[in-house]
Amino acid sequence: MAKSKFVQDLPKIYGWYTGGFIAFMLLMAVFEKMGMNAKTIGILFVGFTILIYAIIGIISRTVDVDAYYLAGRQVPTVFNGMATAADWMSGASFVAMAGGIYFGGYTFMAFLVGWTGGYVLVSSLLAPYLRKFGCYTVPDFVGARYGGNFPRFCAVLVLVLASFTYVTAQINATGTIASRALAVPFEVGVWVGLVSILLCSMLGGMRAVTWTQVAQYIVLIIAYLIPVFWMSWKGGFGIIPHFQLGEEVEKLAKLEAQLGLVANAPDAVKAAGVPAGLSSIARGHSAVPAGHVVAWQYISLAICMMVGTASLPHILMRYFTTPSVTSARRSVGWSLFFIGLLYLSAPMLATLSKIQLLDPSLPTAIIGKKISDVMQIEWVKNWMAVKQVAIADFNKDGILQLNEWFMRDDVVVLATPEVAGLPYVISGLVAAGGMAAAMSTADGLILAMANALSHDVYYKMIDSKASVVKRLMVARVLLVVIGVAAAYISAMRLTGILGAVAWAFDFAMSGLFFPLVLGVWWKRATRSGAIAGMLIGTIVGTAYLIWVGPTFNAATPWKDIHWIFVDNLRFGIPGALASLISMVVVSLVTKPEPKSVQDMIDEVRIPSGKTIIRTA
Amino acid sequence: MATPKQEAHWQATKRLMIITMSLWFFFSTVVFMFAADINSVKFLGYPLGYYMTAQGSMLAFIVMIFWSNNRQEKIDREYGFSDEDREDD
Repeated sequence: MAKSKFVQDLPKIYGWYTGGFIAFMLLMAVFEKMGMNAKTIGILFVGFTILIYAIIGIISRTVDVDAYYLAGRQVPTVFNGMATAADWMSGASFVAMAGGIYFGGYTFMAFLVGWTGGYVLVSSLLAPYLRKFGCYTVPDFVGARYGGNFPRFCAVLVLVLASFTYVTAQINATGTIASRALAVPFEVGVWVGLVSILLCSMLGGMRAVTWTQVAQYIVLIIAYLIPVFWMSWKGGFGIIPHFQLGEEVEKLAKLEAQLGLVANAPDAVKAAGVPAGLSSIARGHSAVPAGHVVAWQYISLAICMMVGTASLPHILMRYFTTPSVTSARRSVGWSLFFIGLLYLSAPMLATLSKIQLLDPSLPTAIIGKKISDVMQIEWVKNWMAVKQVAIADFNKDGILQLNEWFMRDDVVVLATPEVAGLPYVISGLVAAGGMAAAMSTADGLILAMANALSHDVYYKMIDSKASVVKRLMVARVLLVVIGVAAAYISAMRLTGILGAVAWAFDFAMSGLFFPLVLGVWWKRATRSGAIAGMLIGTIVGTAYLIWVGPTFNAATPWKDIHWIFVDNLRFGIPGALASLISMVVVSLVTKPEPKSVQDMIDEVRIPSGKTIIRTA
Repeated sequence: MATPKQEAHWQATKRLMIITMSLWFFFSTVVFMFAADINSVKFLGYPLGYYMTAQGSMLAFIVMIFWSNNRQEKIDREYGFSDEDREDD
C-alpha cells in the first residue's frame, strides 16, 4: 500500500509543530523578562495550546466512516505510539503521580509497574489479533467472534461502565487545571474543558483525536521533562537524574531517620486547621516495608492495573488504526516507550522535590527552619493562600518539623519549579502539559463510548440500513451527550481523581479481559461462555466493591483492609476470577462453536490476508 | 481447518507467548515478592527494590515488547504469514 503524501509529511509537520511550540515558550520567557505577570503567562499557555488542538481537530474533519472510526487505518507505528501515550497518560498521571510517590513511597509505586506492565499483555495477547479482525470498536470484536447482538450488547455495557468511571475524573482534572490557569471558578473550568475536548473530536472522530493526541503528547512530555532536567541540572544533581540520584535517595533515607517519620493522628491534623486533602510525609522514600501483607498489596494492585490496561477499550481501539497487523504490534512497543519517558521521570521528580525541602545543606530547604521565616517564602505564601500547603506547629517550638509540613499531592508537580527557583514560564508550561494530558485521555474515552453506542448499538442493532451521513450524525450527537453528562457529573465533585481511575481498570478487567483473550487463544470459548464471563464478572466485581465499601482515599490506598486485603481499589481480582471460572465452565457445558467460527479464529491468528470484518 | 503450516505457525507463536508471559510475570510479580529482601543491594547507587519499582521493571517491559515483537515477526516470515515488507519502515 502506497503511503499518502500526508503520512509521508507527518514527521515534517510535527517537527514544525514542536519547533513552533518551543518558539512560543521562548517568546513567553521574553515576555516574562519584560515584566508580564504570571497569571497572563498561564492564560496564554493554556489558551494557545487549546487553540492549536482545536485547529487540528477542525482541519481533520471528515465525512468518511473509516476515517471517523479508524483514522483511515493509516496512522504510522511511531505516531500511533505517541497518540496512545497521550490517550493513556491521564491528568492523574501528569499532576498527581509524582505527588503520590512523594507521600506514598514504595507502596504507591505499584501504580508505576501496574500502568506499564499491561502493555506486554496488550502486545502479546490482544493488539495484533484485534487488528486482524478489522473491528471498528472493541464490542465489534465480541460481536463478530461470539455472534449475535447480545454478547455485543454486554461488551458495550462493560465498556461504558469502565470508560464513564474514568472520564469523569479526566473532566474533573481539565476543570481543575483550567480554573487555576484561567482564573475562573471550577464549574466554569469544567465546561471550558469540555468545549475544548469536543472541538478536538466532534468533527473528525478518530482521525481528529489521533492527530490532536500526537500534538498533546508533544506538549505534555516537554512540559514534564523540562522542569525535571532543568531542576536536576540547576541543583547540581546531574544532567540525567535517572542515573544520578542514587546518592540523593540514600541521603533522604538518612534524613528521614534523623528527622523522624511521624504519622499524625487525623484528629490532631483537623484540630490544627489543616485543610482536607493535604498530607505530611510519613512513609519512607525508598524503604520497602517487609512482610507478606505489603508484598501482596503491592502485587495485587499492580496486577489489577496491568490486566485492566489490557481490557480498556479506549486503549485497545488505538491499535485498530495502524496500517497492518505487524505495525499494530510494533506500535505497542512505541506506546510504552513514550509512556516510559514520563513514568521513569516521575520518581525522579519526587526525589528532587523532596530533597530540596529536606536537605539542610540546600538553600531551598525549609524543614528544620523557623516557621516564621518559612512563612515569608514567596511560594509558600502563594500556595498557602489557596490552601494547597499548610503548616501546623504541633509541638509549639516554632521550628518546622517534618510532620508539621502539609501539601496536596498535585503541588509536587505544580509548585516544584517555583521551589527550585525556575522562572514562571515553566509553571505556565506545566499547566499546559497537565491540560494536554487530561484532555487527550478524556477525548479517547468519550470517543470510545460514543463509537460503541453509535456503531454497535445504533448501526448494528437498531438500524443496519442507516446511511453514512445518518451514522456519523448519530455518532456526533452521542459524543456531545456523553461529554455533557460527564461534565455535569464531574461538576458535582463527587470523587477524588485517583480512586475513580483505579476503578475503571477493575471494571474493565472484571468484564472484558477473559472474553477478549480467550476469544483469540481458546477456540472452545463459546457465545454463552462469553456472555457468562462478561455479566458474572461485572456483577461479582461490582457486588464486591459495594460490599467492601467505596472509600476514596488516594493518599492511603490501603486504608480499608478487607478479606484477603483486597480493598475497593482491587475489586477486579474477585471480578476477573469469577469471569474466568464462569466463562470456562459455561463454554465447556455448551456446544462448541461451528466450523465457520473455528476457521475464522485460524484466520485471525495469522497476520497475512484480509481482515475478518470487511470494511464498508 | 487450519493447514499444517498454520498449525505449526500457531505452535511457535504460542511458545513465544508463554516465554514472554513468564518474563512479564517475573518482572511484574516475582521481583516484588522479594523487594524488601533485595532492597539492601545497591544498583546504580539506588536500593535495588526501590530501583526495580521506579525504573527497572518498566525498562524490562519496554525491552521485552520489542524483543518479543522481533521474534514474532521472524516466526511470521518463516511460515510465510507476514503481512509487511521490512523495507516499508
